Amino acid sequence: MTKAAAAAGPLPVVPFLKIPETGDPYLEGRRCGECGAIYLGERSTCSSCGARDRIQPHKLASTGTLYVYSIVHRSFPGVEVPYVSAVVDLDGGGTIKGNLIHIEPSPEKIQMGMPVEVIFRIAPTKDREGNEYLTYYFQPREM
Amino acid sequence: MSDVYVMGIDMIRFGRYPERSVPQLGAEAALLALDDAGVTIQDVEALFCGNLMQASGMVGQRILQEIGQTGIAVTNSSNACATGATAFREGWTAIKAGLYDLVLVVGVEQLGKAGLLGGRGDGRGIPKEGLLGSGTMPAVFAEAGMEHSRKYGTTFEQFAKVSVKNHHHSVKNSKSMYQKETPLEMVMSAEMIAYPNTKLMCSVNVDGAASAVLASEKKARELGMGRAVRVKASVLTSDPYTERDLVMPDVNTCTRRAAQQAYAMAGVGPGDLDLVELHDCFATAEILHYENLGLCADGEAGKLIDEGETAHGGRIPVNVSGGLLSKGHPLGATGVANIYEVSTHLRGEAGERQVEGARIGLTHVIGLGSACGIHILEKVA
Ligand SMILES: [Zn+2]
Repeated sequence: MTKAAAAAGPLPVVPFLKIPETGDPYLEGRRCGECGAIYLGERSTCSSCGARDRIQPHKLASTGTLYVYSIVHRSFPGVEVPYVSAVVDLDGGGTIKGNLIHIEPSPEKIQMGMPVEVIFRIAPTKDREGNEYLTYYFQPREM
Repeated sequence: MSDVYVMGIDMIRFGRYPERSVPQLGAEAALLALDDAGVTIQDVEALFCGNLMQASGMVGQRILQEIGQTGIAVTNSSNACATGATAFREGWTAIKAGLYDLVLVVGVEQLGKAGLLGGRGDGRGIPKEGLLGSGTMPAVFAEAGMEHSRKYGTTFEQFAKVSVKNHHHSVKNSKSMYQKETPLEMVMSAEMIAYPNTKLMCSVNVDGAASAVLASEKKARELGMGRAVRVKASVLTSDPYTERDLVMPDVNTCTRRAAQQAYAMAGVGPGDLDLVELHDCFATAEILHYENLGLCADGEAGKLIDEGETAHGGRIPVNVSGGLLSKGHPLGATGVANIYEVSTHLRGEAGERQVEGARIGLTHVIGLGSACGIHILEKVA
């Protein structure tokens, strides 16, 4: 069996998106036990405080608030525009970037500080081997 | 330690030179700078060359193949958009260390019509652009600008005014890629690239080269101090850890730190500056750097542009060359070209666009990833 066996289900779009055998997907960062800095990828040493071997997995929240955004009208060939590139501060720590969907891409409609939630969907494109990917998006959250 | 002086400095007109090579562009600027200093390549003890796109291509040595292979030490630097300032600083450092009395600095880049969006990121899995937000340069700097809007209510119109001003300045600069007015309405209604940056609020990809001859105090006296410019401060910083820098490259903290260090080294404050050339890679960025460099208090950058304080004739003229927005942004050359601009004003040789009575000026560049280079320059005679 190769790992490309399609029956195994979608692959995570980024390493910090976790797909458990059972239950819902979630985002997992790394947290420094010394200073509390949160990272999105593997690392052994904290770039905030320099502590070594104090980095532990840390489950990230699926809710947060929109920190800043840009409405992207020109991107690389094949990328559908316009879309909203959003930087989101997750509740409980950690900042991630993604597309904000289910909102009109207009500065009049998008409010910095608005509550959002992380949702998971199959990405619209596959890789060259035909693998599907699970990705995340942000959408406005009702308070 | 000896003070370091700019004895010669020049740049080629920024533009598109598809028929010429990177070493040829660099060589032209180098010869201009040598002539400006009244020295020859035989007088030069070391060459510090900045180039980004051919970073592994031994550009400095290839420049010497064009202008004189004297066997001197050559150091090639690459540091994103701070590449030129980094090469300049390497030359400054070598003189400070007492290794040399006369060195040559060249910053050169050939971008052709490279897209304005920047690199595409890693190739693993599926493309992330447009799926997990945007990593394009216009969007990254749009988001940095929106952080300022979020804190202080800065408007699209205020960001756009930066572009109006810098294009206006460039009309009087014959070495600028563009020399045309872009009224506010034109800037705001230009193609939206990444809100709030329209196409006219993005810097221009061009080819270019700039070069400087630096000397120790001893050598400067020998050559004559009449047109010399003293390097009062040379600072390079990288980005310290900040909370969101994994997803939002932080161009503010490294600039603030570099500015503090540079003012301390020079023994001056922002109020002593007569002109500033700062890194307006996007119109949004210039607004941030008004505050980062201490040209106004935090939260007052919008007011500064509204009141024309940073326009030629204002309290603190910024980017009278036309800036990256109009003069153009040939990555490796940019940081030497802005030192050329300030030096030319300090020498009183800027012609129609001269900032009258300029005695002290500051240059600033940012390379994303990140590197910040700041120089403070002072008129000698
Ligand atoms: Zn730590």
